[in-house]
Amino acid sequence: MTDLTDELDAGTVFRWLTAAAASVEREADLLTELDSAIGDADHGSNLQRGFAAVVTALGKESPSAPGAVLILAGRQLVSSVGGASGPLYGTLLRRTGKALGDADRVTGSQLAEAMRIGVDAVAQLGGAALGDKTMLDALYPGVEALAAGGPHPYGAARTAADEGALATVPMRARKGRASYLGERSIGHKDPGATSSALLFTALAGAVADE
Amino acid sequence: MKMLINVPESVVADALRGIAAAHPELTVDVENRVVVRRDAPVADKVGLVSGGGSGHEPLHNGFVGRGMLDAACPGAVFTSPVPDQMTRAAAAVDSGKGVLFVVKNYTGDVLNFDMAAELAEDEGIQVGKVLVQDDVAVTDSEFTAGRRGTGATLFVEKVAGALADEGAPLERVEAIARQVADSSRSFGVALAPCTTPSKGSPTFDLPPGELELGIGIHGESGRERRPMMTSGEIADFALDAVLTDLEPDGPVLVLVNGMGATPLLELYGFCAEVRRVLDERRVPVARTLVGNYVTSLDMAGASVTLCRADEEILRLYDAPVNTPALRWGC
Repeated sequence: MTDLTDELDAGTVFRWLTAAAASVEREADLLTELDSAIGDADHGSNLQRGFAAVVTALGKESPSAPGAVLILAGRQLVSSVGGASGPLYGTLLRRTGKALGDADRVTGSQLAEAMRIGVDAVAQLGGAALGDKTMLDALYPGVEALAAGGPHPYGAARTAADEGALATVPMRARKGRASYLGERSIGHKDPGATSSALLFTALAGAVADE
Repeated sequence: MKMLINVPESVVADALRGIAAAHPELTVDVENRVVVRRDAPVADKVGLVSGGGSGHEPLHNGFVGRGMLDAACPGAVFTSPVPDQMTRAAAAVDSGKGVLFVVKNYTGDVLNFDMAAELAEDEGIQVGKVLVQDDVAVTDSEFTAGRRGTGATLFVEKVAGALADEGAPLERVEAIARQVADSSRSFGVALAPCTTPSKGSPTFDLPPGELELGIGIHGESGRERRPMMTSGEIADFALDAVLTDLEPDGPVLVLVNGMGATPLLELYGFCAEVRRVLDERRVPVARTLVGNYVTSLDMAGASVTLCRADEEILRLYDAPVNTPALRWGC
């Protein structure tokens, strides 16, 4: 059992991002398939390219503070992904990392609080809100569940993010490429919310909160 | 799906190597994905930089040269470039008079160009920005990411490029670019979907007997699907949408643009129908351009763009241009 007072170090964050890269690699076809229904069929290949760059960068230079690892990863995403996902995911990781500061170890509560700042920055950058059928629909529930704690906070965050992504199916998109479809965006799961849920799955795996 | 490619991962790099081979007047940085006119930075001239996802050729790489863009940044297929490309391009073309970013209104392009503008300004480069948002198929912009930038991009780059060529300052180049963007409207239709190299199958499903009205340029579907129409009916429908929105009271520039897989035989036939409708509506046509300029890979279909042209826009449109895809007067 993992609780929010347990401390995470740079190694935990490194394992988190490596696991995220592996899961993006594994699910790339699914993400692209979801994106071809309501977007432009590149979400999987774009994130694949970005997270591969993250793993390469972390292999060369591995900062010793969790915040610094996230900032480095975020910068890689901005520099390699392009599209909307690059700046949005890059901002999520960079702002989360900045909020963590330069502490060598952080608690789960501190991570949850920092992630909330990161998610707010994503919302502001994209001009989107909960319910717009975007990545925020997985990120907000995930972060809230993590912040709420409980016996299995990371597992709860994963479940909440998954459910949040699934809840995008009946929504009508108001932001991003899918918004041009109007009513026809209804009935499709949002690719950005789906990839955001993968981040929480990877986090739960990295802290072994099963 | 058969494509003339090596592997999907290298299509953009391979195309850039080809551009380098065919156009020695351009400097092509394949690794960093930046295409720059060889004589850049041109002394005492505002630099024009644009870019966006690949798959829309000749936009934007094909519009680099005298009288149009100074540099272009191609992203991955249908994906906007990254800020690093844009700041690199800005640094390569800035002569000290500043740089204008021509940005199509897609979330990714806007975000990345915004970040790039900040970075370039940190490096002491003066940056202006113009947003192209001409697609009238997107009506309720309160509930979408706003109107997409499509065919008007060509008019913006041509007219602003000509004014920059005359040595005008950044504020004036930016103002004319904004005027052209605000004076232009487009509407597009798809007869068949496109196929991205990485996916290898059509990005949306369009049955043979139907067409998609109001498409963008990324293979994204339009807003409405109908049984196939004749060229004349499509022209009536598209121009009705454009003219209702634009309400021109004088001469217009006309772009009849192919989406990639529609032959010129059909595009010229469509152009004749476009002209018929404009004559019926008593809209004087100043200039007409027909061809594949803002494409969507192998999508079949066309878009029509109108731009209200005052005397200055017309003069700048007619000014000499020498790029791989657009060339006249020199």
